[in-house]
Amino acid sequence: MKPPPFEYYAPTTVEEALARLAEHGYDAKPLAGGQSLIPMMNFRLAQPSVLVDLNNIPDLSYIRPNEGGGLSIGAMARHSMVEKDALVAERAPLVHETMPKIATTQIRSRGTFGGSLAHADPSAELVCASVALDGKFKVVSQQRERWIPANEFFLGLFTSALEPEELLVEIQLPPFPKRTGWSLMEIARRPHDFCLIGVAATLTLGKKDQCKKARLVYLSAGDGPMVGQQAAKVLEGQSISPELFEEAAEVASSADIDPSSDIHATAEFRRHLANVLTRRALEEAYKRAIPNI
Amino acid sequence: MAYHKITLTINGEPEQVDVPSNMTLLKMLRERLGKTGTKNGCAAGECGACTVMVNGEPVNSCMILAVECDGSEIVTVEGLSDHGSLAPIQEAIMESGGVQCGFCTPGILIASQALLNRNPNPSEAEIREALVGNLCRCTGYVRIIEAVQAAAQMV
Repeated sequence: MKPPPFEYYAPTTVEEALARLAEHGYDAKPLAGGQSLIPMMNFRLAQPSVLVDLNNIPDLSYIRPNEGGGLSIGAMARHSMVEKDALVAERAPLVHETMPKIATTQIRSRGTFGGSLAHADPSAELVCASVALDGKFKVVSQQRERWIPANEFFLGLFTSALEPEELLVEIQLPPFPKRTGWSLMEIARRPHDFCLIGVAATLTLGKKDQCKKARLVYLSAGDGPMVGQQAAKVLEGQSISPELFEEAAEVASSADIDPSSDIHATAEFRRHLANVLTRRALEEAYKRAIPNI
Repeated sequence: MAYHKITLTINGEPEQVDVPSNMTLLKMLRERLGKTGTKNGCAAGECGACTVMVNGEPVNSCMILAVECDGSEIVTVEGLSDHGSLAPIQEAIMESGGVQCGFCTPGILIASQALLNRNPNPSEAEIREALVGNLCRCTGYVRIIEAVQAAAQMV
């Protein structure tokens, strides 16, 4: 088990990396933390003939505050760095809570924020959290720069809107709204394993106990991050109550997600778990929204 | 395929190695440098048997290319002891019976040492958390966790 042969480049600037990607097109793959790509190459599930290693580009590893309360995370910021960052804890509590749940200590030492997103694994915590938070992704190529909203970035199973010559360089998270609670819950057979089902939730309260905005995004629940659109319709504009959460959970687990059956769990069991987790996540998010009232 | 000349420090010793681009750090350690303490388990980041420290952080050496480690400082299980005298974590894991077949032990030792380096007095929960990426099929983990606690006391 070893990766197939490939040409290796280690650019030190984004421009140089983009030039390599433009030159080699579909044959090339950017190498970020490599915590998904290298095992895929070990098993020959991926066989890029050129790797463009981004680990020597210091300009891509940062966490910066933005005006108005949001923050920007460089694509090569490692999970362990984001996990420990005080600014992330303050400005993006959902991300802060998510980080220790990602994979294992070893993988978080090396894996990167942008790499996880570009890999577009529907069971990845950050994929769903970035959609729940309405993140924006800065994508550059030699020709152009564009910003892609998180909910338009993930196109399907391991498929993102990135073109072969493009590079994800920055993730921008908007200011975390006031009177908002959050939750990220997963169920896995073993702690830190790929989850059977999970949900990233944010809940913004309006006047009194009214739900102003709700975001539920499900992991391992379909071909991409599955947004609980119909559940949000159930919640928004209504007064918070246990019955309301139950109804939203029912709608989300039956109508919003599309889980499949595999050796680990049946689709039916996943829907059941989604129902339970939705309720728990909404309750937790609600509790956390209250101190901000 | 191109070879790359890389320079790195392994257990404090400078090394220069010619590696093909598709050689993992694990393979380089075992097959080029004879450091066979580091084990090849799953090649997919699930078992942690190949854990080494790269610049002080525990990583799975099966999921990092040797060429990526140019200029890095690597610590393998062979580097834990000091001129033949074992590190506290090594003493403790033998004392407590945290080794059975021994295949996971090098990875567990490195992951534990990395934990103790950043947190000299970890709680049981923190130890379990730090070792979540290391599978052991023999011991049931209890004695491994006791060993890390004992090692923390010894330091």
